[in-house]
Amino acid sequence: MKYETVVGLEIHVELKTQSKMFCGCSTAFGNEPNSQCCPVCLGMPGALPVINKKAVELAIKTGIALNCKISEYNTMDRKNYFYPDLPKAYQTTQQYHPICKDGYLDIEVDGRKKRIGITRIHLEEDAGKLIHDSKNSQSLIDYNRAGVPLIEIVTEPHIGSPDEAVAFLEELRNILLYLEVSDCKMQEGSLRCDVNLSVRPEGQAKLGTRTEMKNLNSFRAVHRAIKNEAERQIRIIESGGEILQETRRWDDLKGESIAMREKQEADDYRYFQDPDLVPFFIDCEMVEEIKNHMPELPAQKRERFVSEYGLPGYDARILISSRELADFFEASVKLYDKEKVAKGAKTVSNWLMGDLMRLTKELGLELGDLKLTPSLLVQLLKLIDQGAISGSIAKEVFDEMCQTGKAPEEIVDEKGLRQISDIDQLREIVREVIQENPKTIEDYKTGKKKAFGYLVGQTMKKTRGKANPQLVNKLLQDEINMLH
Amino acid sequence: MESYKLTVHEVSALINKRELSIEELLRKVIQRIDSTESRLDSFITLNIDEALQQAETLDGLIAKGATLPNLAGIPLGVQDNICTFGIRTTCASKMLDNFIPPYNSSVIEKLRQSHSIILGKLNMDEFGMGYSTQNSAFKFTKNPWDLHKVAGGAAGGGAAAVAADQIFYAIGSDMSGCLRQPAAFCGVVGFKPTYGLVSRFGLVACAPSLEQIGCITKDVSDCAYVLEEMVFYDKKDSTSMSKGNSTYTGNLVEDVRELRIGIPKEIFDESWDPDVRTYINNAIETFKKLGAQIVDITLPHFKYASAAHFIISSCESSSNLARYDGVKYGKRAQNVENLEELYCKTRSQGFGQEVKARIMLGNLFLSNEYYDSHYKKALKIRKLLKDDFRKAFEKCNVVLTPTSPILAFDLGHETDLPIGMSESQRYSLLANMAGIPAISIPCGLSQEGLPIGLQLMADALNEGTLIKAAYTFERNTDYHIKKPMKLEVVE
Repeated sequence: MKYETVVGLEIHVELKTQSKMFCGCSTAFGNEPNSQCCPVCLGMPGALPVINKKAVELAIKTGIALNCKISEYNTMDRKNYFYPDLPKAYQTTQQYHPICKDGYLDIEVDGRKKRIGITRIHLEEDAGKLIHDSKNSQSLIDYNRAGVPLIEIVTEPHIGSPDEAVAFLEELRNILLYLEVSDCKMQEGSLRCDVNLSVRPEGQAKLGTRTEMKNLNSFRAVHRAIKNEAERQIRIIESGGEILQETRRWDDLKGESIAMREKQEADDYRYFQDPDLVPFFIDCEMVEEIKNHMPELPAQKRERFVSEYGLPGYDARILISSRELADFFEASVKLYDKEKVAKGAKTVSNWLMGDLMRLTKELGLELGDLKLTPSLLVQLLKLIDQGAISGSIAKEVFDEMCQTGKAPEEIVDEKGLRQISDIDQLREIVREVIQENPKTIEDYKTGKKKAFGYLVGQTMKKTRGKANPQLVNKLLQDEINMLH
Repeated sequence: MESYKLTVHEVSALINKRELSIEELLRKVIQRIDSTESRLDSFITLNIDEALQQAETLDGLIAKGATLPNLAGIPLGVQDNICTFGIRTTCASKMLDNFIPPYNSSVIEKLRQSHSIILGKLNMDEFGMGYSTQNSAFKFTKNPWDLHKVAGGAAGGGAAAVAADQIFYAIGSDMSGCLRQPAAFCGVVGFKPTYGLVSRFGLVACAPSLEQIGCITKDVSDCAYVLEEMVFYDKKDSTSMSKGNSTYTGNLVEDVRELRIGIPKEIFDESWDPDVRTYINNAIETFKKLGAQIVDITLPHFKYASAAHFIISSCESSSNLARYDGVKYGKRAQNVENLEELYCKTRSQGFGQEVKARIMLGNLFLSNEYYDSHYKKALKIRKLLKDDFRKAFEKCNVVLTPTSPILAFDLGHETDLPIGMSESQRYSLLANMAGIPAISIPCGLSQEGLPIGLQLMADALNEGTLIKAAYTFERNTDYHIKKPMKLEVVE
């Protein structure tokens, strides 16, 4: 029997605000434990919360980008449970009136488009962090993260494969980065994803029993966990077993999940509206205001790159994969050539997609870590256009320029890399090559076209790559012809 | 007369005229506490050393010619659930026995700026849960008019201390009549402002939607003075209002000719003490004579108010008191094996019976099974009750009831009552449910010599109307100047 996998995601995103959800403490990551706390985020007696307006704005921004309805009437509610990382013994969240509802996000997998529904987005606060010190059998608590603003994005169960889940997450992360809503660092926990998964025989309308998977620390882990969990569930069903509704924990090292606890009626969080926070209203004007200040989103940018710059869809997709890269591309094109934009754009795109990607991969760095600027790149391209350096020399200059931030012309001069375009000088060298390779000349004459390429290579070698390739071609041809 | 027996506005005038130094005043007050506290038990913590230092500093300032605010140098007491920087704040609970807040509540911050002298922290029912201060984990406060009677609650310490002239005024919180009922039992003035008028930041609340900081004073004028200091917009409290009028003393005017007093027909029943009936009727007659108009009104949902109040307050308390888990501050149980045991033992040892009962009931009412039938229904009743008041205030501008239908009862009595079902706050809790201001003023003494309180309620933000009505009544009666003589006889 064939089975269908049904996946819904719950994504927690830490919002990029200066201060916490309900107090003025910093949200910075990685500082000394408990150095960013106050009576409010520590849940001290009598301390009261005041909602962070910026967090509300970021949630609205996200809702607009994900095509959601923005709620006019909002409440904050308490989710009551005991745990040492939760200072008030309740999490302030939005159970009854979430800030955004009923949206969607379009993704593309293997050239097929698919629309994934967004059930809701709600605002809430993060908990602290427990550090278990097994050596001294004690647990320590760091409340720096307690009260950091979060949004939780809940999707409909519209995702059908690991590839779709990852495509969704990549598209979502890109949007959140474009919006500057979050820095989306999974390693630091600013983006966290839980997977709800069930399987059912193909064609069956009723959903199977689902499990919830936690501790997914990378998109790769999400991909593996979905594949693994779907297989596990199918195996159980095929062997006549029953799926338990439970929470499972993914172990990425072992490549398998283990049951954490059974999810049953016992989960009663006694939600109720937080009396310390009055309901807040979001009017159309506020939504319009935010809408008017929305940056261009990845999907829009992708379309525009194709229509405005005449780029192939493939190029556009790669260039918009980060807002930084896309902005870099546009800034470079603007600087480069205002008249023949189409050609200039493709040249810039080739450099970014080719050499830049290669270099960042080699160095394990990101664009922002390099000293490359649009101005430097364009200076380099102009040197090529002027014939001052060849394409292959340019690659060498590019690498150095990215790491030192020196002007390309300076690098060329320092290293004596300027292209040799002096006809007399080149003719001398070409003649030498012809004299030294009589056998190759014979081959060429008998019709072996490859032999010509060898001669070009030899010429370039003698000039350490600096010879103007067009001139070398022309001179070689002339000289060989003159041998008759 | 001894200076400690004066009111805030009287001593303030003496200090301004330099007829009385602050230190002189303070030493008298401390003597008074020394001679009465062992019989009353109104304080949990005294703050005498700091108070004396402050008095010295303030006298110095006055000597240099400084003009100080009205409340400067006048000793007050603070209910022990309002956080005071550096001064132990226990909520009368073993759970917070050792808790010294590293911050001030906003209202204390404001009073500190006005150079008020905090003389001590006042006894109360544990976390404000109770009606007689018998749920304090530390001591029972006695009624100055009869030391075998309760002082009322939760703010029994404050009412007893003000009535016994141990302090000039007290600030505390009112969740169901917690300031007004003890004020009525002890023959002083208790005031609960409109919800949101006084910042709750730093008030260790158990039911945030019902609680409001207010004051207990010796007379209505003092109430207006203290209120003026306490009302301000506070951005640290999301429920704080910016609409407060800060000139409450301007309403200290004798005039009730515009007053239409509504009497809800639902309130009269067999539970009233006969003396309460007599004196409430007298009060109505007094108002009539002074030119006020009496109108009949109706509060159709009155009969559900107590139960709904109990459900809402229990639910909110169950959540608000969950943070006392032994992890961060306050009590932590020793010799525990694991986390669950830490929670269970800390909370079992730290909380008293009443608190535990309300936490358990609150959790029950919020559970999936009972949420709709109890919590949600209670919220509906609160809304209906608000509507009742809205309609009532179309016909009148003040609603009159007894503060409590019964008199201060014997110590030990309340423990026989079913949990939380105290009849003594049936009328006072209405104002908490509706979020409206209410005042309790003395309106009589029973045959056995116990004070009787009259409650007036007005529409939200109409504090001025209440003060004017109460002031007029006070100017034409003498109950507010009567002192508990039994205390002096024993002395």
